[in-house]
Amino acid sequence: METVNLICIGCPMGCPMTVTLENGVVTGVSGNTCKRGDIYARKEVTAPTRIVTSTLRVTGSRTGAVTVPCKTKTDLPKNDIFRCMRALAGVTAKAPIHIGDVLISDVAGTGVDIVATKDVL
Amino acid sequence: MYDVLIIGAGVTGCAVARWLSRYDARICVVEKEEDVCCGTSKANSAIVHAGFDARHGTRMAELNVRGSEMMEALSKELDFAYDRIGSLVVCLNEEDRPRLNALYENGVQNGVKGLAVIEREELVALEPNVSDKAVAALWAPTGAIICPFEMTLAFAENAAENGAAFFFDTEVRALERMDAGWRVETSNGVLEAKAIVNAAGVYADVLHNLVCEKKIHITPRRGDYCLLDHAAAGYVRHTVFQLPGKRGKGVLVSPTVHGNVIIGPTAIDVMDREGTNTTAEGIAELMQKAGLSMKNPPLKQTITSFSGLRAHEDGHEFLIGESVPDFFDCAGIESPGLSSAPAIGECTADLIAKRYGFSEKSNFKATRKGITDPKTLSPEAWNELIRREPAYGQIICRCESVTEGEILEAIRRPLGARSLDGIKRRTRAGMGRCQAGFCSPRVMEILARERNVPLSSITKNGRGSELIVGTAKDAYAEANDEA
Amino acid sequence: MKHDLIILGGGPAGLAAAIAAYDAGVRDLLIVERDRELGGILNQCIHNGFGLHTFSEELTGPEYAARFIEGVRERNIPYVLNTMALHVSPEKAVTLLSRTDGLQTVSAKAIILAMGCRERSRGALNIPGYRPAGIYSAGTAQRLVNIEGFLPGREIVILGSGDIGLIMARRLTLEGAKVKVVAELMPYSGGLKRNIVQCLDDYGIPLKLSHTVVDIRGRKRVEGVTIAAVDAQNKPIPGTEEEYACDTLLLSCGLIPENELSREMGVSINPVTNGPVVNESLETSVPGVFAAGNVLHVHDLVDFVSEEAAAAGRAAAAYLENGETARREIPVRFEGGVRYTVPSTIDPALVRDALTVRFRVGSVMKNRIVSVWMDGERVQKKRRQIMAPGEMEEVRLTREQFDAHPGLDDLLIRVEEA
Repeated sequence: METVNLICIGCPMGCPMTVTLENGVVTGVSGNTCKRGDIYARKEVTAPTRIVTSTLRVTGSRTGAVTVPCKTKTDLPKNDIFRCMRALAGVTAKAPIHIGDVLISDVAGTGVDIVATKDVL
Repeated sequence: MYDVLIIGAGVTGCAVARWLSRYDARICVVEKEEDVCCGTSKANSAIVHAGFDARHGTRMAELNVRGSEMMEALSKELDFAYDRIGSLVVCLNEEDRPRLNALYENGVQNGVKGLAVIEREELVALEPNVSDKAVAALWAPTGAIICPFEMTLAFAENAAENGAAFFFDTEVRALERMDAGWRVETSNGVLEAKAIVNAAGVYADVLHNLVCEKKIHITPRRGDYCLLDHAAAGYVRHTVFQLPGKRGKGVLVSPTVHGNVIIGPTAIDVMDREGTNTTAEGIAELMQKAGLSMKNPPLKQTITSFSGLRAHEDGHEFLIGESVPDFFDCAGIESPGLSSAPAIGECTADLIAKRYGFSEKSNFKATRKGITDPKTLSPEAWNELIRREPAYGQIICRCESVTEGEILEAIRRPLGARSLDGIKRRTRAGMGRCQAGFCSPRVMEILARERNVPLSSITKNGRGSELIVGTAKDAYAEANDEA
Repeated sequence: MKHDLIILGGGPAGLAAAIAAYDAGVRDLLIVERDRELGGILNQCIHNGFGLHTFSEELTGPEYAARFIEGVRERNIPYVLNTMALHVSPEKAVTLLSRTDGLQTVSAKAIILAMGCRERSRGALNIPGYRPAGIYSAGTAQRLVNIEGFLPGREIVILGSGDIGLIMARRLTLEGAKVKVVAELMPYSGGLKRNIVQCLDDYGIPLKLSHTVVDIRGRKRVEGVTIAAVDAQNKPIPGTEEEYACDTLLLSCGLIPENELSREMGVSINPVTNGPVVNESLETSVPGVFAAGNVLHVHDLVDFVSEEAAAAGRAAAAYLENGETARREIPVRFEGGVRYTVPSTIDPALVRDALTVRFRVGSVMKNRIVSVWMDGERVQKKRRQIMAPGEMEEVRLTREQFDAHPGLDDLLIRVEEA
């Protein structure tokens, strides 16, 4: 049996958790105070993921904005973060942009879209 | 060929330029930094010494008293902040009283007006937060506070308006005697001049020794300072010195013309002429010493600490005059150099004018107007200003309430600001309690826009001090290009 | 010009306060924002993690702000942008400055202070060394990267493990810089645990607790910094110095509520929080002047800012309706390592359904019980495995508890060993 100690990133509480594994299969999670913690812990020890946030360059904004903030619409395998960032480099979005607009679809072949997190007019 | 080439655009060089620009002569100022007021002139106590301290009979004493006497009228002529709040030298025990009296006597001999030794009761009435140990003080009503940046800029701008040329980023590398005058090799090309003025501050000995047989030696003497927030205003009303005693020279505690409180300086001899780094020991010393003359200094209100280098010449005397033919020194200008600057400018200019027979200009413009400070205007006048130029309605620096209009003026006027520090010295943007945290990106944008240069070229204080190093993700873009 | 309510600041606190005041019936109100858009500092906080409490989903800063900006627009609550409040008089006359409307004085019957906070600067920290380019507060760097799209440096050392510093460690790493180390003076982090995990641990960035910067090198641009371990008195320990070559030093060493306007109008300031002293209605020592958000005390979570500001908005509405009322002031006493509470006084008669009292502790404490005592009787307790200065705590006092203690004159919040 193997145990992994984690701090939950699901919310600002930061619960300290212990995950037990048997041959790579999670057999138990303790220390969490909510369901989200349990889900996070199971995922974190087998296939960790993260939401990635960044910005893209913008042209044509009438308010003078030069960047638009964006994020991966869903979480991304942790190992793909830098691949995702590399794919964002050099991409320019065109205003007007609305919150939720897909700025890049299927970024770097991860199957995840990059969406705007702010209106840029 | 210039008639006079002045090396150094600190307060001394700019003062010489200003007073020389009264004459019909081609003059220029060369400066290794990107702006005026980048060395000792920007990092000092910001006060005008009354003139009781310098030993009677010295040039230092004579020029200090003369400079102090000139200062008030000059501040009106050239529009810089000056406030004659008076100074106090506090005596902390009876056994030091003979030294206090000696200081008084020296001041009287120097011709300082209004000096008086006052007793504790009167002292406490003048300065309520003075130390409980204070027994008496030397009161000098002509002591004053000043904005050293503004004064230096005022001299420089007025000189420029009267025809003096300024070359920045221009470091003197060699001086070569020609048949008539000098060939001056700089980092920015060769200049020629009939006469040279050496106002190079902590480098004045280097230049002097290039051309003079009789060598001089200057030690950069570092002085650390702490500046307290406006919230501390009112804590101290006058410039409060400690009586120099067995335990050293002590530090001063003083209001500034902009409503801060300044504490300093230490006196630490250093080897490095650019060694303006503060040290933990220096700051600790300040904090400890400030509490000797004043009760519970509000040190928690510190918004910044900095240090400046005084050009301490071994003989502790101003070296002013023609050291070799056509080479005029203004060397060893340490405290009270700021106070003496107008007098040094005046006497050096007169000396040179007489020597070369320059005649006075008929069209010399003696006055200069500073940057508009809308805070000093009536609401009606401020609104009128905003109607003409809306930028005066846009606050850029919150802490010091500096408008975009003032920043634009600072950039557009003669010898305009080119860097963040240049803007700061001219407008106080970035000088407040947040220390440019909020306004620096905005000021960078304005500088880039006005000067029509990319933001990446905007610096803190000249080449090599660029504020940003690239754009987000540019490292990936390069990697992508290579792939 | 006149308004019933002026809200100084259009960030998260100002927006939530405006919406709540409107919903409580205030119609003549104005939000004054100094920046070019509403949303305040959230606009540059492009990372996720906002809104779990308020919206039960994880939003980025701009998304969280957008929800409230939308709320302001739906209600047609008036606001002015690029407008600075230069002065506020004790009589609540606000001097405003903008390019479009010039200098004008607007008087208000009530004011909500929502000006936020600023970062502690290098000067206030007395870090010795040179003063070159490349020393940024974490928030300034955040603005440069996230709003302007620039990189302030490529090799970075961060002093202070406040949340903005941790967030910027990740942001700069993702944007192509190398963050070499985060040094923290205290023996514990100033930021949230989750940010240590997902901003530092994820990227292998070392966190050195009980360390500080003792020297900054470079005359024009930062060339390196020296970091040393500190002793229990936070004094650097000789011989522990380590040199880091870097072109940038970021500072994330604490936030200071911006109360210059508040002080000017005579509002009493709590020396612990640097924010106004307030009662249960979040009303300051000047009647009709309320405070919420980071101007009141520095928060970790914007959700709590919104909640607090909404309470201030409702209280301002009640003040406008009822005017000044006679009140009792019962001080909130605290013991056992609590540094302050907000509010600091309570009139039980003015508590509606419940009252949230927020506080911070002064050191890391394990296995504690937070208890509330009314007139010597423990009315509630909750177990806390770990309490840290970096994380705000709260207790919720209910109407029933107050009702059970008529004539209450001693209220105590105590942290006890479990």
